[in-house]
Amino acid sequence: MQREPTPLQRIAADFGESKLALAGLALLTLILFVALFAPLIAPQNPYDLAQLDVLDSRLPPGSKAGNGLTFWLGSDDQGRDILSGIFYGLRISLLVGVASTTCAVIIGLTLGLAAAYVGGRTEGFIMRAVDVQLSFPAILIALILLALLGQGIGKTIFALIMVQWAYYARTVRATALIERSKEYIEAARGLALPPARIVLRHLLPNCLPPLMVVATVQVAAAIALEATLSYLGIGVPITEPSLGLLIKNGFDYLLSGKYWISFFPGIALVLTIVSINLVADQLRDVLNPRLQK
Amino acid sequence: MSPPTLRVENLRTHFFTRRGVVKAVEDVSFSVEPGKVLGLVGESGSGKSMTGFSIMGLIDPPGRVVGGRILLGGTDLRSLAPEDMRRVRGNRIAMIFQDPMMTLNPVLRIDTQMIEAIQAHADVSRGAALERARDALARVGIASPEERLYAYPHQFSGGMRQRIAIAIALLNRPDLIIADEPTTALDVTIQGQILFEMQQLARESGTALIWITHDLSVIAGLADDISVMYAGRIVEQGSVDQVLDAPLHPYTQGLIASVPGRGRRGEPLRQIPGMTPSLLDLAPGCAFRERCARADSACAEDPALSRPAAGRQVRCFHPLIA
Amino acid sequence: MAAFIIRRLLQSVLVLAFMSLLVFVGVYAIGNPVDILINPQADQAEIARVIAALGLDQPLWQQYLIFLKQALSGDLGKSFVYDIPAIQLILERMPATLELALAATGIAVLLGIPLGLWAGLAPDSWAGKLIMAGSILGFSLPTFWVGLMLIMLFAVELGWLPSSGRGPTAMLLGVPVSFLSWEGIRHLILPATNLALFKLSLIIRLTRAGTREALLQDYVKFARAKGLTNARVVGVHVAKNIMIPIVTVIGLEFGSVIAFAIVTESIFAWPGMGKLIIDSINVLDRPVIVAYLLVIVGLFILINLAVDILYSLLDPRLRLVAAAG
Repeated sequence: MQREPTPLQRIAADFGESKLALAGLALLTLILFVALFAPLIAPQNPYDLAQLDVLDSRLPPGSKAGNGLTFWLGSDDQGRDILSGIFYGLRISLLVGVASTTCAVIIGLTLGLAAAYVGGRTEGFIMRAVDVQLSFPAILIALILLALLGQGIGKTIFALIMVQWAYYARTVRATALIERSKEYIEAARGLALPPARIVLRHLLPNCLPPLMVVATVQVAAAIALEATLSYLGIGVPITEPSLGLLIKNGFDYLLSGKYWISFFPGIALVLTIVSINLVADQLRDVLNPRLQK
Repeated sequence: MSPPTLRVENLRTHFFTRRGVVKAVEDVSFSVEPGKVLGLVGESGSGKSMTGFSIMGLIDPPGRVVGGRILLGGTDLRSLAPEDMRRVRGNRIAMIFQDPMMTLNPVLRIDTQMIEAIQAHADVSRGAALERARDALARVGIASPEERLYAYPHQFSGGMRQRIAIAIALLNRPDLIIADEPTTALDVTIQGQILFEMQQLARESGTALIWITHDLSVIAGLADDISVMYAGRIVEQGSVDQVLDAPLHPYTQGLIASVPGRGRRGEPLRQIPGMTPSLLDLAPGCAFRERCARADSACAEDPALSRPAAGRQVRCFHPLIA
Repeated sequence: MAAFIIRRLLQSVLVLAFMSLLVFVGVYAIGNPVDILINPQADQAEIARVIAALGLDQPLWQQYLIFLKQALSGDLGKSFVYDIPAIQLILERMPATLELALAATGIAVLLGIPLGLWAGLAPDSWAGKLIMAGSILGFSLPTFWVGLMLIMLFAVELGWLPSSGRGPTAMLLGVPVSFLSWEGIRHLILPATNLALFKLSLIIRLTRAGTREALLQDYVKFARAKGLTNARVVGVHVAKNIMIPIVTVIGLEFGSVIAFAIVTESIFAWPGMGKLIIDSINVLDRPVIVAYLLVIVGLFILINLAVDILYSLLDPRLRLVAAAG
């Protein structure tokens, strides 16, 4: 008699059906690795001014610096190695994306569960706030906040959290409401289990799958949004550039043929976002009950 | 005896899934005559609905009809090109589904959904089609049909929606109607009404009717003949009186015994022990043997269909004494 | 039905009032109000005069009322940079943005729905998979990067299309538009396509998902059982069911397109509201920022209201609820 696979094994098996998703996962792992160990594996520390020489600036990919270092992807207008810049930029981009999403998820989860479980005026108030916020596009909200607050990594993270929490709150509340009306919750209440226990042990696990999918996609979206904001000049400061800011620096050189300053950071950004989305897409298809035949 | 409207011979429909082959319909044969009602009885998973869909040509991948003949009049439906089969559906064979909430498109009006059924098969003007639709609604007992035509499905109760579905089935005067558990989702009182009306309509118009159900009590008052299905196969066939009064297959007997009856109040309900087997990679041998009191080593072989008497068939090594 | 519309209008007014309060608080309470509203190069006497004139020495709630009064009569302050009323500046730039947004929406809808239907009907074909892969890319790639790539390819490498600016304009119904001339269209193609990409992907994915779900429904099987042609089953039964959420999304997303135009306009130096707001933020022309925010918020509320009404018209089930409630 064969043992039934556990849900996790089934999910993993279903996930593995898509070669594309597996490729995305592999790419993502690589990117995370690079970002984590950037200071150890980058050929050059582009923010150590002592290592830079302006004579090395704007060299095409493959050229050598004065001190023998190879600029695999070229150098920018200050003589910084693009490849190293990308490694460090990935760190910032990922940091902002993951941090903001995580915080937003926690806030949204709390508020969504509270709204679903407590109900009444609290729920009304929270959901009204959610509705108002969600009727405006993310970029606008981020724009407003950053216009008022100014530049900075922390401020950017804050803006991104403010942009995202409402989405999670709504998703969680919707799922929690469905669960709340199911009979097993009635039963738990009938047994006079403490509310916190009902929420944590029963409501929460059922709300997690859709949340996981949404959160994964949102990390990619947060990274893209941060890149856009930095590109527009209102995101992270020049001292700690993310990929978006690197692209901005190279924009002017696009038209004069020195494409690599913008192009390669752009590719790194795109690969990051695409790999996350590939993983998230397959995850969504695998976890979606309506598509199970 | 007139030639049968429909004759199914050795029908086989298999589903080729990732986890194996599901033999949903295996070696199924029966026939229905004009104006007669055939009851196709079985539990869920017995293959009765799939038989209906196979006849209609509505089996979607990963399923496929892999063998047998489906003879409507003299034509084998399996040999038809897709466009020709489309002309048969809704025209010479009509189907009524189980859940009336889902079968009517919620965003289209009733008249749209009826007129298109007519215009798909004949060059009829909208006005003439509207007339026919109105008459059909009146025939199934819907009051003030003129107004009802302009309504949407959600404005009707379940029983009314099913009547509309029946009206649609009758629009093109089909030779055969396949009704797949049409009353299961309805109240008992409505059930009775619709059953009676269907029977009348069939007799009056000479339409053959295949009634698919899991409920023996429904079929007892309605059908002329019964085919009992289990795990994708026909296990017993005969006239309704023969099968219900003197069942040959242990499964049929179990089904009959498990129907709560009037004279047995206070008695515990009798059930057939065990569960329907999964059709995925079904083991060879009689599919019922795990649950049968009469099973022995002989049942490890596939039983063939035997004909113990005229018009009777049973698939069993140890049929109840004939 | 009328009651429904009136109720939604009232709700909209409430939201608008709430948002004006938010903008007000944002500008007046966060940061130094003097810096925000007064040209930083003015001298002490000027600053004192403006403070008095604007009532900045008065209690906050009074300031809010003055702000509201001025806003309702259309006075949202003067731009520091251009020295003309901020609201006028924005209205001058609006046609350019709307033209871009409408062109982008048109591209997205006209390409998106057919492609999405195709992908939904034949999800395992190479075409279906290609469309989906393309939509994933279009959805996740940052708009500004795609814009850069478009410029690199079409303007720098191939030299087919201009890399920035808007073409010559002509007047249509009193509004300057640029799509009536070939030169104007040439300038419109790249930015409109760039802006359309995100929404195009969204529409493809929605249409495909909706189609796949619809095809599994009983009413599709029933329609086929009636002997309807495939064309009719898809074109009428499936289409009408998936149209409702898609139209809703298109409507709601229109506001988003206008917001995203900020990025596209910056890249392609398209002289619309979006470019204006970015420039204003960078030079701290705050009256323009305030005016822009209010106009955009008002626009959004209007769009949401219109979509709500449209939605209830399209879904017959909702019409009944609306009439009853």
